[in-house]
Amino acid sequence: MARTQAWRRYNWRAIWLSLAYAVFLIGAVYGFKHELIPGALKYPVALLPALPIIGLFISMGRYLVEEQDEYVRTLMVRQTLWASGFALSAATVWGFLQNFDLLGPVDGYWIVIAWYFGLGLGSVANKLTLGDGGC
Amino acid sequence: MENRLKVLRAHRSWSQQDLGERLEVSRQSVNAIETGKYDPSLPLAFRIAAVFGLPIEAIFSTD
Repeated sequence: MARTQAWRRYNWRAIWLSLAYAVFLIGAVYGFKHELIPGALKYPVALLPALPIIGLFISMGRYLVEEQDEYVRTLMVRQTLWASGFALSAATVWGFLQNFDLLGPVDGYWIVIAWYFGLGLGSVANKLTLGDGGC
Repeated sequence: MENRLKVLRAHRSWSQQDLGERLEVSRQSVNAIETGKYDPSLPLAFRIAAVFGLPIEAIFSTD
């Protein structure tokens, strides 16, 4: 991936959001484990680690808007399409296998992990078809 | 679509990086356009034409 200004800004946002995720997750786990959180606050505290993850998706959207190099943007759009296709397909397959009691339930946030794995698949697809791996 | 980008660039002794800087795109983009892996948008095609001082049809043609 060419290191454009928009890409550098995206990277900085991703680093800060990842740090926020780690802090919120550790804090929430600690708070729940030691029963420090009163009932009314349990929902917002449990949702705190989700916010930076949502921020990562928003950040990706901002990157696609800010990227001025149209070819580099195309590479990332292709990667995100691969990621979305892979994550949605994985969720669909798992859902049916679970419906027929062939697999157990999984935590919903695994879809995010599948999506990021799909970004990697998209990078491989770009490399194979265009000779450029993207990020 | 075919293009004469590589020839025109070579006549001016510009590297892909040089052309990329003039067009405000990455070297990667110039390479993709030159090798026919990516067709530029109309605005970028106009920028390319302006950089070489040629009409678009003198640079790009259909297969």
